[in-house]
Order: sequence, then C-alpha cells, then structure tokens
Amino acid sequence: MQHPAFEEVSFHHHTDDATFKKRVIRTTILLSVITVIELAIGIIIYNIHKGESPNHTLVLMFKGMVCILTLAKAYYIVSVFMHLGDEIRNMIMTIVVPLMLFIWFIAAFIWDGNSYKNLRNKYDKHFEETTMPREHHKAADHPMTPAATPGGKE
Amino acid sequence: MANTATAHQTKWWNGGKSPFNLEYGKLMMWYFLMSDAFTFGAFLISYGSIRFSQNFWPDPNVVFNAFPGAGHANLPLAFVSVMTFILIISSVTMVLAVHAGHKGDKQSVIKWLFWTIIGGLAFLGCQAWEWHHLITGEHIVLADGKLSMMGQTTTGNPWGQLIEDQATLTAALNSTSHETLAHIVHSHDHTHTMQDLLAKSDTELRGMVNLAEMHVREKGPIAFGGYFYGITGFHGFHVFSGVVINIIMLIMTQKNVFQNKGHYLMIEKAGLYWHFVDLVWVFVFLCFYLI
Repeated sequence: MQHPAFEEVSFHHHTDDATFKKRVIRTTILLSVITVIELAIGIIIYNIHKGESPNHTLVLMFKGMVCILTLAKAYYIVSVFMHLGDEIRNMIMTIVVPLMLFIWFIAAFIWDGNSYKNLRNKYDKHFEETTMPREHHKAADHPMTPAATPGGKE
Repeated sequence: MANTATAHQTKWWNGGKSPFNLEYGKLMMWYFLMSDAFTFGAFLISYGSIRFSQNFWPDPNVVFNAFPGAGHANLPLAFVSVMTFILIISSVTMVLAVHAGHKGDKQSVIKWLFWTIIGGLAFLGCQAWEWHHLITGEHIVLADGKLSMMGQTTTGNPWGQLIEDQATLTAALNSTSHETLAHIVHSHDHTHTMQDLLAKSDTELRGMVNLAEMHVREKGPIAFGGYFYGITGFHGFHVFSGVVINIIMLIMTQKNVFQNKGHYLMIEKAGLYWHFVDLVWVFVFLCFYLI
C-alpha cells in the first residue's frame, strides 16, 4: 500500500485485525483498571482526612502512588493509542528527550513554592496565624482561642 | 518490526525519505503536541507552586462532591470519574476510527468518528454542569466577623477551614445582614419563598438557622478558582476544538475526500490530537481531583 503521499515513509506497520483488537481491548481494560484503583485511593485519602487525626505520611504515600499510576496511564495512552511505541527510535527520542525538562521544571517550582511558604511563615506572622490549619479536636478543647494553636512550627 | 527497522537503519539520513519514517504532517502534529504539553505543564506546575506556597489548600473531596440529580448528597469523585471514563472510551473509539482508516473502510471510519464526537460532547456537557454547579452553588462563609453566601469563582473561594467554634459562629450570626440571613435560611429550607423570608424579622430568621448542621467555613485561597477554571477551561477548549476537528473529519470522510486521496492520514493526525486531549485530562484529573 504505497501511496504517493507516503513516499518519504520507508515502511509501514501492518497489524492484522486480531492482534490489533487484542491490543486495544487489553489497553482499554488496563486504563480502566488503573483509573478504578486511582479512584479507590482517592476514597481512601478522603476517609483518612475525615478521621480524627489524619496520618499525613500515609496520605502523602497514597498521593505518590496515584502519581505513579497516572504516569503508567500516560505511558499506555502515548505508546499504544498514539502509536509512539511503534515509531522508530530516533523519532521517539525527539519527543521524549525534551520532555525530560519536566523533571527539573516540576522539582524547581514546587521547591520554590515551598520555600516561599516557609519565608512567609517566618516573616509574616499574620499570614501564618490566619492560614495555618488548626487541629480540629484541639479547637474543640479550647473554644475561645481557635486561631491561637498554629500546629507544629519550629 | 525490529527486522524492518535494521534493514533501513543505515540509510535514514541520506535524504529522499523521512529520517523519522513519518510523513511531514504527522511529525509536525507530534511537535505541536509536545509544545502543547509544555503549555499545560507550565500551567499545572504553576498551580503546584502556588499550592505549595500555602499553609492551607481546599480538600478536593469537599469541593467536588456533587452529582447531577443527586441533590446535596456527598459523593466525592463520582462525577469526575464519569467524565474520566467518557474520555477514555472516546479515545478508544478514536483508535478504532484510525484503524478503520488504515484499512480504507469508510463506513467504519464514519461510525467510530461519530461515537468519538458524541463522547467529546458528553464530556463538554459534564464540564458545563460542573462549572455551573460550582459557580452558582453558594456556601456559607465567615468573613469580617459576619456570615455571607459565596460561590466558587475566580475572586472568591468558600472552601476555607471549617469553623467548629460555636461562640464565634453565634457572634457572626448576630452581625449578619437581613438579606444574607434570608438567603442562608432559603439555602436549606425550601418550604418558604424568598419573599416570605425577607418579610420576617432578623430574630425569627436567626431562630430558623441551625448552626450545628451548617458547615460554615472561612474563605479559602483565592488562587484556587483561577487555576481550576483556567486549566480545566483550557482543557475544555482543547476538547471543544477536538470535537470541531473530528466533525470536519467526519464531513470530509462522508464527502469521499480521503477515499479519493487514497489514504486517511488526516484521521491519524486528528486522532493524535484527540488522544492528547485525553492524556492531558489524566494529569488534570490527578492534580485537581486526586491529590
């Protein structure tokens, strides 16, 4: 099937119907299952937050898991649905290598945001007092001083 | 595939053929999508940066807990999971349309493109409902020592910290304006009309407010609204343009444009764009609804 418009393309991938069908069904199920797991983790996080004293390390761990699952989903969409996995290596690298910038991009800006928060809490006491989350059960113990217990500052 | 690749390996850069084994339009679509990924990435990272700069950020499960037709039921993640599955399924139908195009099967291309368009429109409908619900659904907020009603907009955020101190709430209730009191009562008691409520005295209205059952919050970080509407709106705009592109593809297929050309490469390019929209949603879903 060599068309005039394809002259620059040296070879094509021909997947027969059966293999194609199997691949699409497999990927669809994979994406759905990963999404369901993500939703389940979302519900778990919700229930941890609802509890009396949320375990923040546990929440962070679950959030990390959701991030990894999302990357897995992104991999399957790009590699199977967008057929990037079927392209030649040179082509894949021109897409994937620039995207590596994201590693620095994410780390640097999240770090920056966090540092801004720490500086503001240090030098802007009003900001800290008005925005720092209160521990719910502690507020109930001292009903008259709701804002006076900013949790855990050095 | 590995065998064919090695057979061509040495001659990739000799000219006369694409060194990436892709026709020009498709390659450029890939590079456009890469640049678009950086645009979305920049928005999402900016959101992350602001979020990390705050001591408090609203819990997504509190903000997004509504479902059409379910009233005030607390259903975190339910509606957004429907939206996510709609996009996944429409991505699958697009894969099928592209595959039908490979085989030159015009009727199948039309069929699967049609379902992809339906999926895109369904997603846009869901998003419209969600935005409408967030903007018009008003919540009771304590600000400047009095209660007020506020929706989720780009200038105000009603999802601050929950206030559990009854003394503070009672004091705030006593300095709340007549009109706001009527609104607060009306928001959870539909047996009276707004006019009836406005005719009542402040004391009567205060008596009708059940402070213990109301979830009164402080104002939350204002940036939340701008980021949410900005990023989901930008994504929604991509979905919208994807739907428009798919409709054009459908009409062109119907008019035998691709049949006469002898190939359905345009469907492949539209398909890439559509999958990218799904890909971006995966990350929007992660950043706004899950973490």
